Amino acid sequence: MSTLHCEGLRVRVAGRTLLDALDFGVAAGELVGIVGANGAGKSTLFKALLGILPADCGTITVDGQPLASLHATTRARRIAYLAQGHAAHWPLSVREVVTLGRLPHVRSARDEAIVEQMLRATDLAHLAHRNVLTLSGGERARTMLARALAVTPAVLLADEPLAALDPAHQLRIMQLLREQTRQGLGVGIVLHDLPLAARFCTRLVLLHEGRVLASGTPCDVLNDAALATAFGIGVARFSFEGAQVPLPWTLTPAPLAGA
Amino acid sequence: MTPAHTRLIGVLVLVAFTLTLGAVSLFVGYVDMSPARLVGGTLAGELIPQRILLDIRVPRTVLCLAVGAALGITGAAMQGLLRNPLAEPGLLGVSGGAALGAVLALYTGLANAFYLALPLAGFAGTALATAFVFMLAGRHTGTTTLILAGVAVSSLCGALISLVLNWSPNPTALSEIVFWMLGSLADRSNRDVELALPFICAGAVLLLGCGKGLRALTLGEETAHSLGIHLGRLRVRVLVGSALAVGAAVSVSGSIGFIGLVAPHLMRPLAGGDPSRLLPLAALAGAALLTAADLAVRLLHASGPELKLGVLTALVGAPFFLVLILRTRRLET
Repeated sequence: MSTLHCEGLRVRVAGRTLLDALDFGVAAGELVGIVGANGAGKSTLFKALLGILPADCGTITVDGQPLASLHATTRARRIAYLAQGHAAHWPLSVREVVTLGRLPHVRSARDEAIVEQMLRATDLAHLAHRNVLTLSGGERARTMLARALAVTPAVLLADEPLAALDPAHQLRIMQLLREQTRQGLGVGIVLHDLPLAARFCTRLVLLHEGRVLASGTPCDVLNDAALATAFGIGVARFSFEGAQVPLPWTLTPAPLAGA
Repeated sequence: MTPAHTRLIGVLVLVAFTLTLGAVSLFVGYVDMSPARLVGGTLAGELIPQRILLDIRVPRTVLCLAVGAALGITGAAMQGLLRNPLAEPGLLGVSGGAALGAVLALYTGLANAFYLALPLAGFAGTALATAFVFMLAGRHTGTTTLILAGVAVSSLCGALISLVLNWSPNPTALSEIVFWMLGSLADRSNRDVELALPFICAGAVLLLGCGKGLRALTLGEETAHSLGIHLGRLRVRVLVGSALAVGAAVSVSGSIGFIGLVAPHLMRPLAGGDPSRLLPLAALAGAALLTAADLAVRLLHASGPELKLGVLTALVGAPFFLVLILRTRRLET
């Protein structure tokens, strides 16, 4: 049984069905990528899994227990969320932002050690006293990731953590998430970078118009037909370490010869 | 020295400064009597020193500290909830409601019907305005809807106050209403303190309990939710806490601007930007600012009518706010 699981999920907002008959799950140690066009329902899925948007139909469970039956604090300790945009409204220090991850927990001596551990893991120890509003985009993304990891959750839901980051930071964040999954964390990540999704994710879910179009290994999911349906694009492919990595190439969905 | 040490020293200095202002406020007034004579006479049970100290200066000083603290803490809570440095206690209709209630009491003559009619009417106005904001915004809507509902109710209160002024039966009633609206803590008694203080304290306690939620809101509403914060409940707590504290404050003092806006700004560097730490600090700064302003009102008085407290806070507050804006602009360029 997955740590975080939903079945037959339907979400309607203002009369529009945003998700329908959706099955999804993240188990311990998995790095599950959620891909799909803008408006396919990726962020909506996370908001429903967090209880921000009410489900119209279907079940959501955390460790087998219905999400609705969990106390907000219990849910917060099990599922961490890394929101889009890395918003911070006040000039807190990096350490204070990371410490916010300990809010759902009863204050204890472990908090400081966990915060220090996450600062080191995200290579932020030297910036711990810096005002978060003065950080570069990459540093702020790492700070917010460290904050989410400081929750020490069973599952992390990260909504486009790579957006607006340079390639080095994108790789750094993906490597960090993979390291965390090796230590038992389950990660669901929304991303638009197909090569990174193919390289790092253990499983992919391709959403299209609020439904699962394909689900499975990156190789199975990122096939020409599915990508043509979901994005209306054609991809070039290159071979790397035995894997076929897709590269968005044309706005015509016709498959191309290997690059 | 670590930031925590710097903060601690800053807080101690602020507490000492506020207490000193409070003590000085007890010994400044329109009757020329030395502090030793005032305290000695009061302790000896002499009628005049006792009246001056216990019935005039103590209530005025206590109200300065309490009303200032109420405006400061509410400003900080509003800014934290709305994540907007321009938010102030009046934004969500709380002070507008109190002003309308009091103005109606003055207009109808209810204010003279019994002793605490004026502040009680102000309080009723706050309660109605807050309930109206809740009804308009609903419990599960976002921050923007809450601000819009607050602005709508504030504007409505402002419009109704203008209507009352327009229909004022005579110039005396008109000037009474206008002078009340300018804000003052002159001639307040211990009964005003007894009325306002419990509500201000209850509101402040409610707001101080919102620190964790406001801190989580630093990272946005969705992240705060994911950290286990119930946003609907947090909004209710902030609004009810603000209504209690500011409703009681405005009811006894009239409209006093800028303290709720400036006190959190002044304290934000000392709080390290943390909205939770800012709450008690803004309360302290508000108390110090209003006591200092009221002291200035008394010291500046030479003859004629006393300068109204609300006029002075606006006169000093507006340029001060301009300086803050210029400093922020310089830091951003």
